[in-house]
Amino acid sequence: MQSFGARLLERKWLFIALILILIIMPFFLSDFRTNLLGRYLAFAILVIGLDLLWGYTGVLSLGHGIFFGLGAYIMAMYLSMESMAGAVPDFMMWNGITELPWFWMVFSNPIVAILGAIMVPMIIATILAFFIFRNRIRDVYFTILTQALVLVTVTLIVSQQNVTGGTNGITGFSTIFGYSLSSPVTQQILYYISIGCLVGVFFLCSLLVNSRFGKALIAIRDGENRLRFSGYDTSMFKVLVFSVSAGIAGLAGMLFVTQVGIISPTMMGIIPSIEMILWVAIGGRGTLIGPVIGALLTNSAKTFFSETYPDFWLYFLGFIFVIIVIFLPGGLMSLTQKLKQRGGKHEKQAVSTEGKETNHSAVG
Amino acid sequence: MIMQAFNGISLGSILLLIALGLAITFGLMKVINMAHGELIMIGAYSTYVVQIIFSQYLPATMFDWYYFLAIPTAFVVAALIGMLLEFTVIRHLYGRPLDSLLATFGVGLILQQAARSIFGAPNVGVQSPGFLRGGLEIIGVTLPYIRLFIIALVVISFLALAWFLYKTRTGRKIRAVMQNREMATCLGVSSRKVDTITFAIGSGIAGIAGAALTLIGPIGPTIGTYYIVDAFMVVVVGGVGMLMGTVVGALGIGVFNTVFEYWTNASMGKVLVFALIILFLQWRPSGLFSLQSRSLD
Repeated sequence: MQSFGARLLERKWLFIALILILIIMPFFLSDFRTNLLGRYLAFAILVIGLDLLWGYTGVLSLGHGIFFGLGAYIMAMYLSMESMAGAVPDFMMWNGITELPWFWMVFSNPIVAILGAIMVPMIIATILAFFIFRNRIRDVYFTILTQALVLVTVTLIVSQQNVTGGTNGITGFSTIFGYSLSSPVTQQILYYISIGCLVGVFFLCSLLVNSRFGKALIAIRDGENRLRFSGYDTSMFKVLVFSVSAGIAGLAGMLFVTQVGIISPTMMGIIPSIEMILWVAIGGRGTLIGPVIGALLTNSAKTFFSETYPDFWLYFLGFIFVIIVIFLPGGLMSLTQKLKQRGGKHEKQAVSTEGKETNHSAVG
Repeated sequence: MIMQAFNGISLGSILLLIALGLAITFGLMKVINMAHGELIMIGAYSTYVVQIIFSQYLPATMFDWYYFLAIPTAFVVAALIGMLLEFTVIRHLYGRPLDSLLATFGVGLILQQAARSIFGAPNVGVQSPGFLRGGLEIIGVTLPYIRLFIIALVVISFLALAWFLYKTRTGRKIRAVMQNREMATCLGVSSRKVDTITFAIGSGIAGIAGAALTLIGPIGPTIGTYYIVDAFMVVVVGGVGMLMGTVVGALGIGVFNTVFEYWTNASMGKVLVFALIILFLQWRPSGLFSLQSRSLD
């Protein structure tokens, strides 16, 4: 227990250091870079939820782009209604729609919009997860079905062009709660709000995984059948965690759209959804802090590479996927531990093999 | 109505060809091969290359015959690349289905980008052989020869695969490993070798599917991704380890997709099919057919 406590403490300090760096960053970076970093913070929030789901519970979702996108779309609807002040957006006008449809009107109230951006993804996630996990459908099937959900939702959004903006998405916001979105001050405030959300979500999820509930999640990952035979309803745990992580994704989407100013189906498709998984894998699943670092690092690298060598990025992404999964299932976080152990006590085999153990059949 | 049914069967047969390879590799090795779509793409591009070689170096009268060389070429090229993939990446990931999914997705990205570098990002067209132009008229509807040819190709590939799995010695070994890996290994079946062969065959079939897709429309680096999600749905619905399940799953999804699209529109059709699959899984959680086993995994 001692070492576990020490490790936790260490992670906590790591997180505090990270947050401090993020807080002082705007003083050194240009407004443009701060804004970019703010977007990455939205992703960092999202991956905490994803880590809760994949790293701790062992359920892989390739559908988080959708929950992220739903949060973003709902916020985008609100923002564009605020900017238009009663008029309909351009794309509706071109399609001859003069009145806002009901699912736009609902979100004209800011509180409803903020709550909706979190609750709607949660509700959809609960429905999907309930019907899949209820019957003990294999986790792999669940993963495939979440990917199908992405495909279906994206096709739906693209085809309902007259009310969703189609492939162009929703854009052209000018104000948020009365403040101008283009002013650097507003963007900085949004940046700090993102940091606040990151801290809040991280804190909540740390509480969650260190509680008895968190222990049950890890038990589901390592031997679901044993836990089920001990009398736990593992399906409901999984439904709950999936729903929580979808809500976090919705929150992230909401923060994302306020800082980017556009949301379109390409930002929530199959590739973005799976890239989110990569951030978790790179940082280190099952550590909470690892994915946050992974998301920030990978996105910074992506911006750097796509600015200099755009073609190179996909190769790089592909190779990273393969290398991380095969050689470093524990991600960057396990790298520091591996180095520490090699340098220090020569404790072999103590390195977490969490990723490997999960899928062996628990009961023959 | 006949037209709808025909279109459904046509779509279903393509899905079947794609899903067969997936079903075998998933059933046998518990590996989710996300790069399967890129193997389709490789098959399609090798057909394209064969066509170019024919049109440049051989007399025009020979051109129509290129397709009969293109199919085996697509099979062999895709199978070789699949073998390489198995040897370099998938070998390390047995028993970790979710990890295999991520790693093969990475491989898929690399292959897509490679295709983009070699053949360019825009789609390229493959000219279908002359004898497939036109169609067969039955009771007032015209069934395009191309579609009929694809259905025939799928039937032949399926029969060949079934014969291979159920009538040959290697096929028996594959089925043995699929049913109980440990026991088969104890009885002297080299599961390593079986894995490699199976993966190569699954990839080869994807290559044939790619060759078939060139007849339908232009091909591009992302051609596989259009079909791969649907093909995974077929595997989920049909269950793993049984060829019959894949057939019923593929035709079912193909027909329902076409019918729903006819009733509503393309996107609502997809939504309805997805809802139907979720409902179906309430009734049959492990798919239509699956190997009966007492083990708990």
